[in-house]
Amino acid sequence: MVDIANDDIGENNRLKLWEMMLKLRLVEKKAYDLFLQNLIKGTSHLALGQEAIAGAFGVALQEGDYTFCTYRGHAHTLARGSSIEGVLGELMGRQCGLMKGKGGSMHLTDVDKGVMGSYAIIGAHLTIANGTALASKYNKTKEVSVCFFGDGTTNIGAFHEALNMAKIWNLPIVFVCENNLYMEYTAISDVTAVEHPAADRASAYSLEKIIVDGNDADEMFRTAQLAIQKARDGHGPSLIEAMTYRHSGHSRADPGKYRPDEEVKDWLENKDPITNYRKKLLDYNIDEKVISDIENKIKQEVEDATEVSKSSPIPDTKEIFTDVWADGGYKWHN
Amino acid sequence: MAQLTYRESVSLAIAQAMRKDPKVFFIGEDVGAAGGVFKATVGLLDEFGKDRVMDTPISEQAILGAAMGAAMTGLRPIAEIMFSDFLAVCWDIVANQIAKTRYMSDGQINIPLVIRTANGGGSKFGAQHSQSLENWSMMIPGLKVVAPSSPADVLGLMNTAINDPDPVIFYEHKSLYASKQELDSTELSIPLGQANILHEGNDITIIGLALMAQRSKKAAEILKEKHNIKAKVIDLRTLVPLDLQTIKKSINETGLAMTVEENPRLCGWGAEISSLITEHCFSNLKGPVTRITTPHVPLPSADILEDNTIPSVDLIVNEVLKKIKGE
Repeated sequence: MVDIANDDIGENNRLKLWEMMLKLRLVEKKAYDLFLQNLIKGTSHLALGQEAIAGAFGVALQEGDYTFCTYRGHAHTLARGSSIEGVLGELMGRQCGLMKGKGGSMHLTDVDKGVMGSYAIIGAHLTIANGTALASKYNKTKEVSVCFFGDGTTNIGAFHEALNMAKIWNLPIVFVCENNLYMEYTAISDVTAVEHPAADRASAYSLEKIIVDGNDADEMFRTAQLAIQKARDGHGPSLIEAMTYRHSGHSRADPGKYRPDEEVKDWLENKDPITNYRKKLLDYNIDEKVISDIENKIKQEVEDATEVSKSSPIPDTKEIFTDVWADGGYKWHN
Repeated sequence: MAQLTYRESVSLAIAQAMRKDPKVFFIGEDVGAAGGVFKATVGLLDEFGKDRVMDTPISEQAILGAAMGAAMTGLRPIAEIMFSDFLAVCWDIVANQIAKTRYMSDGQINIPLVIRTANGGGSKFGAQHSQSLENWSMMIPGLKVVAPSSPADVLGLMNTAINDPDPVIFYEHKSLYASKQELDSTELSIPLGQANILHEGNDITIIGLALMAQRSKKAAEILKEKHNIKAKVIDLRTLVPLDLQTIKKSINETGLAMTVEENPRLCGWGAEISSLITEHCFSNLKGPVTRITTPHVPLPSADILEDNTIPSVDLIVNEVLKKIKGE
């Protein structure tokens, strides 16, 4: 049952969340299709099933805010407003890619949109996100930094160094642990001393224990808004543990067979953030046509962007030698 | 005219940059209230306050991560890693993140930061607080590598490093902190990638860095006085960018080359220099390039052991004599 009379989110934000999550879902599905067609090489880590977290933050954040994500970062990049062809083009190694093929799937970066990079070695980006937050504090400006990471990150030292420093410096930052129950191929519960790998560590850094249903877009949105506002108002960092589940394996190479069939079935059939949100929109009396019009619009956008990416030229090999240094080149001797 | 120590030059160079540019700030362990474990940053907290001079916990990854993130927004952080050996605990941030992010982002992100660190032996601190680690950073594309040998070079190179738009690792030599120099001016600027001639000569070229450059200079003075051998001593000052032209010019005149490195033998910077000399000056060489390094061992602690491990002035003199006179 929904309480329409006391709806704190409103139709406008709900439709934004719907459109956002749908975009993240359909682009990831397209990325998978393009893999099967061998148009995308290398590796990729899809966020299918986890769209509500990046989506909710994408809607809640403002222009100028900074986000940091992991190698599972296509969704977090798109959620800040990066173009679909920028993302798919990068995965396909085309000139239209966000970094013209120099970064690839695991390093999507779009500074104009506040996407300060996707980081492929666990832990580092929590400390780096502290740096943009420190800059906001130093400059006395109001940007908020948000750092997304997985449950596996909670067991590396940088996680602990970063939380401590964020707290002692009272930084305007939100740490978001996406707990999808598996660090890679191993259940996080098998290798972690506490039940909730992020939230149960919060007290060690004088932070509130926050656990949220990461597959419920409304709950995610409320939690994101609160933490972002807290940071923007100068009240310091938050650590959120969002419970979720990835639909596919860890990466392209992983069929995910280590997960019990019943568990997978339950999450996919009963807890899918997009299926459930569609039902919720109807419960809130949003017209079926409004919902499906958005679906059709996003489908078309993804198809169009796919064609743009496919027809974009491959990078010139001259690109190999550009942008090591700020002068644009790579020379190391005179 | 002012007499400055190497250590005083560090704090003066940082202060000069912070006075000129409000974007410059300084973070590290024990750098503020304590003035640094080598007293190289005394007075900075008093002058600039704790918003710009920040004492951190023992969290090297968090220190360099914070510096990197701040630099990504256009600030110009200076971060201290107390001993260069500690770079090993934050090497992911240095080698994977700071060095590669500009390239991977296709130039969207600049990282104008300086990592200062106390480097090198001579203090009998043992194998984990005495290493010369310039090589580690030299081999990573995207890092500039500076190792000054004098107070003037500290001033001039630090000034340039802080204003450089790329990440610079600034290796300060522990055994040089107390060294002094008379300076006409303390407003100095030395381009990265410009070697310095410490001693003139045309019999042999000795190429050194930091403490080894100073020892090479002393060796050249002895060779001249006692053996009538005139050695040219090149202080590289920076490994990246590298002043290859100065090296080539001198080798083409002398035909004999020697590198003097404080690091262990394998993959030391001298190997790259030797390779470059062979590639660029082969027809003018009168013999093979000689590399003096520490033996390929961790650095021992006891006086006699450490002193006999790191290349000494006597060793340089003897190696030159062997090379020139076959003695």
